[in-house]
Amino acid sequence: MEAIETKSLTLSYGDNIIIEELDLQIPKGEITVFIGSNGCGKSTLLQSLARLLKPANGTILLDGKQILKLPTKEVAKQLAILPQGPIAPEGITVLQLVKQGRYPHQRWFQQWSEEDENKVLEALKLTGMETLADRPVDSLSGGQRQRAWIAMTLAQDTDTILLDEPTTYLDMAHQIEILDLLFELNETKKRTIVMVLHDLNLACRYAHHLVAIHDKKVYSQGKPEEVVTCELVKDVFQIDCQIAVDPIFGTPMCLPHGKGRRIVQKAGPTLRVADY
Amino acid sequence: MKNHLSLRTKYFSFLISKKSLFLILFLFILLLACFTISASLGETFINPFHVIEVLVGKGNAFEQLVVTHFRLPRILIAILVGSSLAVAGAILQGMTRNPLASPDIMGITGGAATAVVLFLTFFSDKDNNLTVSIQWLPLSAFVGATVVALLLYILANHGRNLSPIRLVLIGIGLSAFMKAATTLFMITSPIYRASQANIWITGTVYGSDWQDVNILLPITTVLMLISFLIIRDINIQELGEPIAKSAGNRVHTYRFLFLLICTGLIGSAVAFGGTIGFVGLLAPHISRRLVGSSFGYLLPSSAIMGALLVLLADLVGRTLFLPIEVPAGVFTASIGAPYFVYLLLKQRNQ
Repeated sequence: MEAIETKSLTLSYGDNIIIEELDLQIPKGEITVFIGSNGCGKSTLLQSLARLLKPANGTILLDGKQILKLPTKEVAKQLAILPQGPIAPEGITVLQLVKQGRYPHQRWFQQWSEEDENKVLEALKLTGMETLADRPVDSLSGGQRQRAWIAMTLAQDTDTILLDEPTTYLDMAHQIEILDLLFELNETKKRTIVMVLHDLNLACRYAHHLVAIHDKKVYSQGKPEEVVTCELVKDVFQIDCQIAVDPIFGTPMCLPHGKGRRIVQKAGPTLRVADY
Repeated sequence: MKNHLSLRTKYFSFLISKKSLFLILFLFILLLACFTISASLGETFINPFHVIEVLVGKGNAFEQLVVTHFRLPRILIAILVGSSLAVAGAILQGMTRNPLASPDIMGITGGAATAVVLFLTFFSDKDNNLTVSIQWLPLSAFVGATVVALLLYILANHGRNLSPIRLVLIGIGLSAFMKAATTLFMITSPIYRASQANIWITGTVYGSDWQDVNILLPITTVLMLISFLIIRDINIQELGEPIAKSAGNRVHTYRFLFLLICTGLIGSAVAFGGTIGFVGLLAPHISRRLVGSSFGYLLPSSAIMGALLVLLADLVGRTLFLPIEVPAGVFTASIGAPYFVYLLLKQRNQ
């Protein structure tokens, strides 16, 4: 079963074609991650899946229906997107921000129904933002801020959530925190999650389904352990690498070649990746 | 959630911040106080308590004449003009996500002013009487404001990613053009009218009468009501176009509506108060400091703040420098212009 499906989708900015004749299926209830080099069009593709960008050609199906023919508020009840690096208005509190996720469910005279309250509280709880609800968003740390935005998309109460590089500008601990949060959402709430990630190794850990985008097309897709190879990295990212096994998760781990310092181990056998 | 008031019945439900509600009530009481003081001060002093008596239909004939015939229309026009400019400024700042946006800086006020001068030039006879009803004046100002706003919209959408500073630069360009056009129309019209227009251009509510109030009050009320109906939609757009779209807001339709509400408010304000500068910039900024960015609080508090600014500027202008009357716009500009420079510097540092 597919949450989202594209049929011969072509995306372009003016005459510049970004994605060409793409047929893609996003499995329901799983985490799908788009990877690819800078400017390969993965963000553009994600935006078009959320109807933010009109395709030059082809169709996008949301639960089997053409997304552009559905009323935009209906789509908003099924699918939410969090773009890269959103900026909150000055002085807006976390609660005020998260509450706005209820937009497609509200009417003018019904702005705080019991359902609204429950969903907002649930979103705050899931993201661990309850105690920060009355704080202005611009006074929070990068990780907290991103959690506030995720809480807003959760309050929208959609089955599918799209995120464009949710971990950029975050340090390592906060990256893991955000990805763990999304992973749990998928595990416990069965939300379909589609995101663009830069870090191939983290993508391999969290993704059920990996989509490598290259040269306006899907280079390959499937389970990370089946698709991530030296060849893929060479073709998609233009770098030589070695693929090892992540010693903690058992997922593929890409170790790029390059210059760097080399250390000769003096005592004991040399530690080699293949030993894991 | 503790510091919020949750109103919920079968027909409606709202969540209201107690602090913001309290601040708005406070501002409203402050406005009422200024209203009364403003009605009691002038060439002849009238005890504020007598003013209240007059307002409820008592008081002697002289006090009634001074308050209801001379001062009240002027005060009401000041309040209507100030709140219109402020609300328009708040909406413009929200929809463009640009703290520098405001009716006068973007040239929209200038467009309305040019249209008004054009209107006065074309529809006046040689005795300086209007040949058509003054009711058409706000409409012409609205048309002028809308033309500039649309021009700005087209220019702004032409290049992607319009930076705050660029929008202001385009606005300053349009303003300069409008000013040139206004001057041209003024110098080609009779001297008397030119000097009248010049005072009006600086922004003054001098000489407002009940006829003006009767025209402006319904226009402002309707536009304010509409702007209160679209609070949620401005809020969501302030989060940026992608998020607004994601939440199911028809971004372009609403943006167009926002613009029309703004040009309506600006046009009607300019038609009766001239170009009272910087109110549309200052009032929303002060309000944001008080109640935050959420439009449910920002709009009412901006409206009151704008009314206060113009009311006080007019009060100072007509009492402190007697027997000269200084236009209200002089005072709003003398606070607003330095603040604008401060905002520009702050913007540059970001």
